[in-house]
Amino acid sequence: MNISTRFFAAASIAALSLFAGSAMAQEKLVIGTEGAYPPFNTLEANGNLTGFDVDIAKALCEEMKVTCTFVTNDWDGIIPALQSKKFDAIIASMSITPERKEQVTFSKKYYNTPPAIAVPKDSPLKDASPASLKGKTLGAQGSTSHSNYVEKHFADAEAKLYPTADEYKLDIANGRIDGVVDDIVVLTEWVKSDAGKCCKILSPLPIDPEINGEGAGVAVRKGETALADKFTAAIAAIRTNGKYKQIQDKYFDFDVYGDK
Amino acid sequence: MSVISELIPPQPAPPELKRRITPARVAAIGVLALWAFLAVLLLLTVVNGWDQAKFLRYGPRYLNGLGVTLSLVGLSIVLGAILSLPIAFARMAQNRLLNALAYGYVYVFRSTPLLAQLFLIYYGLGSFKPQLETVGLWWFFREAWYCGLLSFVLNTAAYQAEILRGAIESVSRGQHEGAAALGLSKRVAFRKIILPQALIVALRPYGNEIVLMIKGSAVVAIVTVYDLMGETRYAFSRTFDYQTYLWAAVFYLAMVEALRHIWAWIERRLTRHLKR
Repeated sequence: MNISTRFFAAASIAALSLFAGSAMAQEKLVIGTEGAYPPFNTLEANGNLTGFDVDIAKALCEEMKVTCTFVTNDWDGIIPALQSKKFDAIIASMSITPERKEQVTFSKKYYNTPPAIAVPKDSPLKDASPASLKGKTLGAQGSTSHSNYVEKHFADAEAKLYPTADEYKLDIANGRIDGVVDDIVVLTEWVKSDAGKCCKILSPLPIDPEINGEGAGVAVRKGETALADKFTAAIAAIRTNGKYKQIQDKYFDFDVYGDK
Repeated sequence: MSVISELIPPQPAPPELKRRITPARVAAIGVLALWAFLAVLLLLTVVNGWDQAKFLRYGPRYLNGLGVTLSLVGLSIVLGAILSLPIAFARMAQNRLLNALAYGYVYVFRSTPLLAQLFLIYYGLGSFKPQLETVGLWWFFREAWYCGLLSFVLNTAAYQAEILRGAIESVSRGQHEGAAALGLSKRVAFRKIILPQALIVALRPYGNEIVLMIKGSAVVAIVTVYDLMGETRYAFSRTFDYQTYLWAAVFYLAMVEALRHIWAWIERRLTRHLKR
């Protein structure tokens, strides 16, 4: 960030705080998402973006009275793309973790589900303890809290990191890896589908607050607290007016928001 | 017969040409200035962004990745060279079937992306696990590193076969005829006369092929091998610092630069009989 943009940012923050409370300046927002993480966000074959994240994002925008457009971006580069202003907010099941907080500012969570481990149906594994996974190969998507989870809690297992969830799914179906770690909702949806018939959920994994953070939130550029607060307020609003429940029921038959 | 009767008196040096300011020169200076500016920016980011903790944490991983890249490329170049010999000879053979087979091989591997070949081997062949297990090859195809090695060997063998064939065919017929006139057998003539001359021709293209392999090998990072690019992606995913890619570029640059010097040395050594 050079001096002039810094000055501009400072000036716009000052301007925003002057208008705080009244109608805000931001009319249009570009939302970034991954589009490869069903059932949260998927780019359908016909080019439509669907999923829980996308519906929540639309509801939030409606609540905030802004027009939103969507952009998909590779997961690996999604934070740098936010920082270089390709979009204004990430709504892509991004966990609020301490590592990411150094790079971006988060709203409060809009859902929180635990991680889980899936294994092939004929797997000899009985439980997901670090001892029984010793020497096994575990897959996860790279740059995710789940990959950090594998490295920390299953240090004796070999971690293989894939660019998207699709690739680890292929590799476990091929029988190359002994298990995969990801969000329980993602894995449950997958083992129910035709592509996931190779595998089963072994067990949920305990949430590690240091790694999994406080759940998934909306990420905005660092320092744009006003925008993050607007998202937080909008999340609270759609939870009270029933819109959140309506979207949740469309995708899940259980509560994904988690504890208060 | 002509005799010089008169000497031309010494002339003054020709006047220096005025260096005019042309649009092309202005543009060239502008472009140079832009490059210099970008270089300074790059240097400044490295100096400003220097982080001891990151260096200590990811530095050893980078060296590890460098080792993986070097061993992968080194092995695939050597194994590819061995495999390229029969292919090159099949390409030059009189036998139509052999010729067509070798041509088909080279055609397919040179005209499809390395990434596609790697994916077909890693994910495509990987889906035949039961069959591969029956023939006892699953241990090989299970490991991403072996899959990467196999696809590189197959790919580079196609290119090296063409380099070798072109070089051998570039040696003039006279060399064959001369050797025959001296009563040398075809085998000896090939080994002692044709091949040494062909390899001088092939040297630079071989160097290019190795450079391309060094850079192309980065695709294995996509199939979970922690080579130099894999480690870079890992460091980037943890730090979101694009300098990680800058460091990777520096490592690749160093490898290619070292290779360039080695190749220049080999060429000087091999062509010393051609210099006066």
